Amino acid sequence: MSDGFEIQYPGSALGNAAPAPVTPRNVANRGGEQNASAAALRQQFGDAIARVEVVWGVTNVYVRPERVLDVVRWLHDDSSQRYDYLSDVTAVEYRDLEAPIEVVWHLRSLPFRRELRLKAQLPKNEPLEIASVWSIYKGADWLERECFDMFGIRFVGHPDLRRILMWEQYREGFPLRKDFPLRGRFSRAEQLRQALAANPEARYSMEELSIADAFEDLPTDMRKRLKGGERTGE
Amino acid sequence: MATQKRTVEVALSTTGVDAQGRPQRVPLVTADDGSPIAVEAPPMVEPDLAGEHMLINIGPQHPATHGVLRLVLELDGETVVRCIPHIGYLHCGFEKLGEYRQYNQILPLTDREDYLNAMGNNVGCAMSAERLFGIEITERCKVLRVIACELSRIASHLVWLGTTCIDIGAFTPFLWAFQQREYIYDLIESWVGARLTPTITRVGGLAADIPDGWMTKLQKFTTDFPATVEEIDKMLTKNGIWVGRTIGLGVMTPDEAINWGLSGPMLRASGVAYDVRKDFPYYDYETYDFDVPVGTNGDVYDRYLVRMEEMRQSVRIIEQAAKRLPDGPINVDDPRVILPNKSKATSEMESMIHHFKLVMEGPRPPLGEAYVAMESPKGEKGYYMVSDGTSKPVRWRIRPPSFVNLAAIPKMVEGHLLSDVIAINASIDIVMGEIDR
Repeated sequence: MSDGFEIQYPGSALGNAAPAPVTPRNVANRGGEQNASAAALRQQFGDAIARVEVVWGVTNVYVRPERVLDVVRWLHDDSSQRYDYLSDVTAVEYRDLEAPIEVVWHLRSLPFRRELRLKAQLPKNEPLEIASVWSIYKGADWLERECFDMFGIRFVGHPDLRRILMWEQYREGFPLRKDFPLRGRFSRAEQLRQALAANPEARYSMEELSIADAFEDLPTDMRKRLKGGERTGE
Repeated sequence: MATQKRTVEVALSTTGVDAQGRPQRVPLVTADDGSPIAVEAPPMVEPDLAGEHMLINIGPQHPATHGVLRLVLELDGETVVRCIPHIGYLHCGFEKLGEYRQYNQILPLTDREDYLNAMGNNVGCAMSAERLFGIEITERCKVLRVIACELSRIASHLVWLGTTCIDIGAFTPFLWAFQQREYIYDLIESWVGARLTPTITRVGGLAADIPDGWMTKLQKFTTDFPATVEEIDKMLTKNGIWVGRTIGLGVMTPDEAINWGLSGPMLRASGVAYDVRKDFPYYDYETYDFDVPVGTNGDVYDRYLVRMEEMRQSVRIIEQAAKRLPDGPINVDDPRVILPNKSKATSEMESMIHHFKLVMEGPRPPLGEAYVAMESPKGEKGYYMVSDGTSKPVRWRIRPPSFVNLAAIPKMVEGHLLSDVIAINASIDIVMGEIDR
């Protein structure tokens, strides 16, 4: 088995003298030791870093939305940071309707065993758009799609920003937004009507059909229906 | 592909399979005296399809997709050119539901997302709620939670093992695995009364302490169980068919695996020794003596080896935890979250008001947010809770490991044969309840 991959150990950049990680105890609500990357970010990006705080032991770094891609790229590439692992991309909408929507990235640096929470605030009166980090982390693909599906945040630069958990023709909006009622926006009668009106034969979206150029081979009536825009994944 | 050069010694030679695990051509026709008649090999000329591709749909209702996963595959002959996964058929909106529930009411939702690892999810969710409240749970609770986590890790890996065996064509290990899994569910049932959806934790403690004699039953399990692992190991690890159908498939290099955000056995099989229990420990996992198995080839076979070894290591952890289990309360002494004693609640005014307030209004954590990661059988499972000071979270988010692992399936299956898609898909260990939530 000599031709296998070389094993990568987390904490490799810390050296052998570094203490082994231990379970955190008595974590304080506010305050505590800041992640060293926060100070480095301030020095590197200055004004782009709006605010730094430590909540329950994890450092929150608020980044101006337009600089997110630069900041993440630097965190990923710089040899003193090496945030190579993207745990999560999600968003938070507060019950206060005036408060901006926050996009949250949970980053990990495996070589340094650090974790960092990046946040960008998107005001609600502007289009909800933010740069995609897909070009840096391939793992962001589905996470960003889910965030778009649930909150309607457009990740600019994402190669394939489609709905993922809801179906393509879903018209009720973005389920995790606070203005979306728990029971759904449409009445049960309307939901039932739409479900019955759906055409179960149109199993493929245009995107899938185009990859195989199979469109021409379809039965005439199905082609007609698809051309009529019945199921094109609009 | 470098890894395909690797050879695994095949001890068990099965009829119809040569040493490399390739099926031998066995003549199906015999002469009258029973001797085989030589069958002429079919001409090896393949028709020129001139790049004509075929579109194949697998699922959502298909036993080998482990739930309601739908894969649309574009095939060139039998080779997968492109794969488009479709998910969402089991979307229940747990995250939305969580925003309308108190912290203890969220816990039953976690049973139902990754239903193979229900106890582990309860622990993870309670852990993030406790971080929000700033609660340090008692020592006894910690050790019992570790036992719960490791038991459900074994149960989850056993289901993975059994179903993967069926996908690849072996039925016997499935029965052995499910027999042991049944024993684990008996243990859970005698602890909290439920089997699949135990909701074993409460914020600040546990639903119940273990009953009398439970540790003896647990000990019986930890002594009996390794024999089953060894049996399955003997059956599969050097089996020609198993090796032939798993080796060199779905390879992810360490850098790719990290970049795609893989975690758990998927990541470790690719040679990255990242385990949340070791690198960002919780519940004193750093004081337990256990090893993190790491593969070096990143293929389906290594994922199988990693999971087999993880089951053995989990048994080690359970044995150590059983030895150190201290006496004492299981619930933290914190009136913000823990209900008063029942007899007090029915006899004292203050306790009754306290009980009423906790049940009707629910505990209120301070402003803040907590992302707590734990090592679930599938990988890094994170629970992210944001509180605005009310009794219900503003946002409750599950970081689903198999969702992120499944996102890499197009990369893993492209270039492989259609039949290998099933093996690769099985190796991800997906649970659609967790992916769709």
